[in-house]
Amino acid sequence: MSLVADDHETAQGRSGSGRDLRLTAVTKSYGTFTAVKSLDLVVPEGSFFALLGPSGCGKTTTLRMVAGLDVPTSGTIALGDREITYDKPYKRPVNTVFQNYALFPHLSIAENVAFGLKRRGVKDTKAKVAEMLELVELGEQGAKKPFQLSGGQQQRVALARALINNPEVLLLDEPLGALDLKLRRGMQIELKRIQTEVGLTFVHVTHDQEEAMTMADTVAVMNAGVIEQMGAPEALYDNPESTFVANFLGQSNLLAGDILGPDGDVVKVSIQGTTVSIPSDRSHADGTRGWVGIRPEKVMIAEVGGEIDAPGNRFEGGVVSDVSFVGVSTQYLVRMPWGQELMVFEQNTGRRPIFAVGTPVDLSWRPEYAFLLDASQDASAGVEDGDD
Amino acid sequence: MTHQPQEAVVEPDAVGLGPSGTDPTPPVRVRGRGRLTGYWLMLPGALWLGLFFLVPFYSLIAMSLYDPEGSSLTGYDMTWHVANYVDVIQAYWRPLLRSFWYAALATVACLVLGYVLAYAIVFKAGRWKNLMLILVIAPFFTSFLVRTLSWKLILADDGWIVNSLQFVGILGEEGRLLATPFAVVAGLTYNFLPFMVLPLFASLDKIDYRLIEAAGDLYASPRRAFLRVTLPLSMPGVVAGTLLTFIPAAGDYINSELLGSPNQRMIGNVIQNLFTNQGDYAAAGALSMTLMIVITIGVVLYIRRAGTEDLV
Repeated sequence: MSLVADDHETAQGRSGSGRDLRLTAVTKSYGTFTAVKSLDLVVPEGSFFALLGPSGCGKTTTLRMVAGLDVPTSGTIALGDREITYDKPYKRPVNTVFQNYALFPHLSIAENVAFGLKRRGVKDTKAKVAEMLELVELGEQGAKKPFQLSGGQQQRVALARALINNPEVLLLDEPLGALDLKLRRGMQIELKRIQTEVGLTFVHVTHDQEEAMTMADTVAVMNAGVIEQMGAPEALYDNPESTFVANFLGQSNLLAGDILGPDGDVVKVSIQGTTVSIPSDRSHADGTRGWVGIRPEKVMIAEVGGEIDAPGNRFEGGVVSDVSFVGVSTQYLVRMPWGQELMVFEQNTGRRPIFAVGTPVDLSWRPEYAFLLDASQDASAGVEDGDD
Repeated sequence: MTHQPQEAVVEPDAVGLGPSGTDPTPPVRVRGRGRLTGYWLMLPGALWLGLFFLVPFYSLIAMSLYDPEGSSLTGYDMTWHVANYVDVIQAYWRPLLRSFWYAALATVACLVLGYVLAYAIVFKAGRWKNLMLILVIAPFFTSFLVRTLSWKLILADDGWIVNSLQFVGILGEEGRLLATPFAVVAGLTYNFLPFMVLPLFASLDKIDYRLIEAAGDLYASPRRAFLRVTLPLSMPGVVAGTLLTFIPAAGDYINSELLGSPNQRMIGNVIQNLFTNQGDYAAAGALSMTLMIVITIGVVLYIRRAGTEDLV
């Protein structure tokens, strides 16, 4: 896997102009605990990059090292040709939108926004501040104090305060974490619009996979101090390389199988006596055992013996054990003869009635959607425990 | 003045504060007992204030207007003798000014020392934070008088400090520390330092460290971050600390008595002398009132200027 996001993955396509953010073998230890383990990362200039992972995975520590608020135990951080590993925060062309916004309570909104410019000796800040407040749609609020604004407005002030400095990299530490769901969705669109408008490099830290996937050009999934996988959101979702990514980004059915070996450009795997094929470029396992992964919406369901629009791979003897109707789709749990329950999401096209609990069914999927993962990995790694 | 429940009409803007105050109707006569609950709850506080503040205060005002011809033996007549004030100011303006000068010096010294100490406790002490705080309060376990007396020993003419200073030539052969303004101001600084440190600590400890990080992130050097963020946010502590130091220091007489000489006499010494030695109650009362009035005006102006209500 390449740790450099390809050109087409960056919306602005400005990479290669030499101002990429580059982390090389960055490690951060606190005593015996290693928060970040030998991290290599390149964020192309102008891209919207998301660091996604559960709490405690080291994503915020990584961000703080880029901001200069923490110093790496080893490794280097560079912006273009300039190494900034040990530079003080106030000497880096990097600004941060803090998780709790960290607005200065004793200053007005306009003074908060002007703070960075003033510290760099810019005399006339009025016009730029007004322009920036206009960008975040807070034009009328300049004279107020932070506590007089709502959470969403404070969030936008924090963004304006960082953006006005025109940093080479803008760091966002769970910037939407304190907002309610509806506001968060609105701000996601807003952030993406602003990023496209100003064309700066955004590095966005979040534990919300949907947030990362909707906004970012490139997502790096972090777990226990290392990057598990990195790439465009569709690529990550479509072809995960580890059980953690398969489970943390959306949901996956993981079926244990015996790897029979390569056959042309596919790999043959036997699952409970049924042989399935997986394209070689979607096979991330060697050895004799592996997890065959398939996304619930890629699994097709039919009554016993019914027609399924997929060649081969037919699994028989399933019984519907749970049905949830969610409007646009129906989510089934199907108990297979070997005891495992598989998730099936089906669009409610109305072509056939919804199956009732207890209905015997057959399952199948198109081979090009399956992926093969290493058997040594925990099949429940990255399954969300419902705290969000 | 206490707030007597003189008029039982509830103002429109007071509706909602009362015990059953969800009633949005315009001014109404108070009905029933419920409306009086608030006043009953105020009673202990009002009694305390009346007994320990208003009564002595009244007696002090009265005393300051007594006929100065009286004495503690013959008794005093109440003659509304306002001229007492003119007399004491004419007679004692020097120790009065000196008191404010010494108190101001001690306050500034406390502010500088106290700020450094409080800052270190909050941001640098790490796990020693609580121990350091206890050490700040520890002197209170010994009497104020005893501690000031021990400073008399430390600054004594044949003490090691004076000897050392004479040895390096900072003090001359006959030079001394006791009975100098330096000794009095140093004593005041020492005695009132905790009153400066504690409010400063409270203020600094409340500051969200992420604000200081944010300042650094926004191109403020540590010095700028301190001046633009830490210092303004600690202003409530500075205001509280300077008041808690200045007010008692201006009225103090122990430090001047023990560490100074008649040349360093402060207004507290004068008042104490007038009361206990000369029995001139009228002058002592007038002087006490003068001190109180000047300090009150000063405090009001100071708070107005510092604008604490504007700080968070």
